[in-house]
Amino acid sequence: MIVETGHYALVLAFALSLVQGVLPLWGSRKGDVALMAIGPSAAIMQFVLIAIAFGALTWAYLSSDFSLLNVVQNSHSQKPLIYKLSGVWGNHEGSMLLWVLILSFFGALVALGGRRTPQELLATTLSVQAWISAAFLLFILLTSNPFARLALPPVEGNDLNPILQDPGLAIHPPLLYLGYVGFSMTFSFAAAALINGRIDAQWARYVRPWTLIAWIFLTLGIAMGSYWAYYTLGWGGFWFWDPVENASLMPWLAGTALLHSATVMEKRDALKVWTIFLAILAFSLSLLGTFLVRSGVLTSVHAFATDPRRGVFILAILVVFIGGSFVLFALRGPLLKAGGIFAPVSREGALVLNNLLLTTSCATVFTGTLYPLALEALTGEKISVGAPFFNFTFVPLFIPIFLAMPLGQVLAWKRGDFLGSAQRLTLAFILAICVGLLLAATRGEPVVSAVFAGLAVFVIIGSFAEIWTRISGSGWAPRTILSRAMGLPFSAWGTALAHAGVGVTLFGLAATGWGVERILAMRVGDQVGIGPYALTLDAVAPRKGPNYDETVARMTIRRGGVEIGQIEPSRKFYRARQMTTTDAGLRTYFLGQIYVVVTEQNASGTIDVRMYWKPYVAMIWLGALIMALGGGISLADRRLRIGVARRARVRPVVQPAE
Amino acid sequence: MLRALFASILLLMATGNVFAVEPSELLADQKLEARARAISAGLRCLVCQNQSIDDSSAPLAKDLRVIVRERLVAGDSDDAIRDYLVARYGEFILLKPPLNAGTILLWGTPPAILLIGALALLLRTRRRQADHGELSEEESRKLAAILEENRG
Repeated sequence: MIVETGHYALVLAFALSLVQGVLPLWGSRKGDVALMAIGPSAAIMQFVLIAIAFGALTWAYLSSDFSLLNVVQNSHSQKPLIYKLSGVWGNHEGSMLLWVLILSFFGALVALGGRRTPQELLATTLSVQAWISAAFLLFILLTSNPFARLALPPVEGNDLNPILQDPGLAIHPPLLYLGYVGFSMTFSFAAAALINGRIDAQWARYVRPWTLIAWIFLTLGIAMGSYWAYYTLGWGGFWFWDPVENASLMPWLAGTALLHSATVMEKRDALKVWTIFLAILAFSLSLLGTFLVRSGVLTSVHAFATDPRRGVFILAILVVFIGGSFVLFALRGPLLKAGGIFAPVSREGALVLNNLLLTTSCATVFTGTLYPLALEALTGEKISVGAPFFNFTFVPLFIPIFLAMPLGQVLAWKRGDFLGSAQRLTLAFILAICVGLLLAATRGEPVVSAVFAGLAVFVIIGSFAEIWTRISGSGWAPRTILSRAMGLPFSAWGTALAHAGVGVTLFGLAATGWGVERILAMRVGDQVGIGPYALTLDAVAPRKGPNYDETVARMTIRRGGVEIGQIEPSRKFYRARQMTTTDAGLRTYFLGQIYVVVTEQNASGTIDVRMYWKPYVAMIWLGALIMALGGGISLADRRLRIGVARRARVRPVVQPAE
Repeated sequence: MLRALFASILLLMATGNVFAVEPSELLADQKLEARARAISAGLRCLVCQNQSIDDSSAPLAKDLRVIVRERLVAGDSDDAIRDYLVARYGEFILLKPPLNAGTILLWGTPPAILLIGALALLLRTRRRQADHGELSEEESRKLAAILEENRG
């Protein structure tokens, strides 16, 4: 009964999305306030209905209801509770349901937080959002229904794919989807602005929080996915330039560009057409990612052709939304008036450069990801585009970004003074050189690691140059500096922090060059040196888990002969699926990590061990956390919360709807 | 879910031993071994989803790793080894495709977009400076008149 309620709620949500897609839009055309007012209520109700559907599926998983095909295929009664929960989205149908749940969540948030948004803009935006919702709800109901029942329920389920039985699954997909789907809000706002024909700096201010939220979650989602791959896949890599990863990187690059161009639009009323274009692009790439992952086209063009139902459906959604929005853009874009002008050397100029480089890198990832598919479909010729291609093309595009990042921040708006601004970065530059030389001297080969580490220091220190200038302008007295620091808007701190985060990640990436790897066969009692540490294999013993059996290798870590910790890499055998996975042993010391993977015992009594010492590796993900934190602080800026840039003594009056 | 799907595909590819380079495969000569690793990282495990033979635990990847090392010991250059494998398995084995008629668009797109973008920006800046730069004669006269008026 609960399951049927969920199914019914999903159908209702679809019907409601049709209503929400038509009436508020019509109202905004006719200036009918009552029709427009339907938008927010419908958006909230839609979220409630989809939440009921999601809750029903979750309940089926938690209670191991094996009359549901989806639960049978992906769950098991003995599976730990957390994986019963995360198993809800650990499969195609459930993950699509999570997708629309988050979509409607954002719709409801906009409806609730949209009191300051002009009613016409709000109504149109929610209508556009409802079309996306309707398309995906129909997709779920027609091709991927998670509520399909079985006439003859089995006693036990097939269990979830063991590699997905990891806390990573509980966190990664929701974060990633919050990012992916978050860009739907910016998209809807952009489409609404084009439909209404009114786009100004105020629009940029309404949209900015949504772009920021999506960007924060996408950053976290990608970082989390990368860390998950790093500790799960067992060879210590953290980014593989896999199409599925690229699918999440593309919207991130476009979204980052959008965040920056929207700043120009908000502050200077310039780059309007471009900002709208990016808003459409970011979500289009999210949709593309959904298509790539969900259609099976990646496995092979032929696999797609044999069962094209889902693929063709998402492809149709893709064509309608991307095509439709770009047609709208082509029709309405030229009507936008160009805004404020600026000299090439200025803050705006630097942000334009940032946009050029980010979009080019995004296009590079796009080409590299889709080219093999297109070539095979058109000519039948098969080529591989892998990590070496991307490292060769993508990295050179990012070097100028790293160099320009601190510089752009210290340039003035409208017309900047290049030399004068560059002088403010003297300290950062000197420190970068010092750290680079120091690392080259102490760590040695490869030199390129020291160069990039130096660049990272330049980015980190340089990110705070603007803040330093602003707070030390009128004297060096600690009290003045403190009070000025407190007086700075949150967004200034957020920007500095997010940029510094990029530097931190870069440092971690640079340091991978200094990693040490050992591959060897070990006997119990053997000791091996790795980097500054020594590992002793103490024992190899079996252990029993809830739905698996594992073989654990116990090792002791010593540094300078002193015992400092234990590490327990293992191999798990999952009973239901008869599958084996490796669990890497991980220990973090001073931002670096010891990483050990083992196999089962050889006939001769040895076990094969692969171990790494990865100095500073944690900084890769720490940097992403700092970026997201910067985004969060920026989001808390008064200008975004209250809609007014400066602190006013009197509480600003809420603007009436236009 | 993305990562999840990716991971599960990898798992399907993996067989029993979830290990890429095995201890028994390693060459005693450190320099040759380092070269073997570098070459392996650029070769695709043909039966895998976007994995190099250095990262893959598939039996085919192991065979290829062994071939690479045998040729290295025999004294082949890095390029000779790659050519040898391309002759046998086609260009599909190279993770960094060579520049030719079929890949010209792949290699050409990034620099083309960068160039077109930069060019478009340059033209735009010039045009707008022309639009807003100097005052026309008419405007100068008007400005002078207004200033004169205010002074008086």
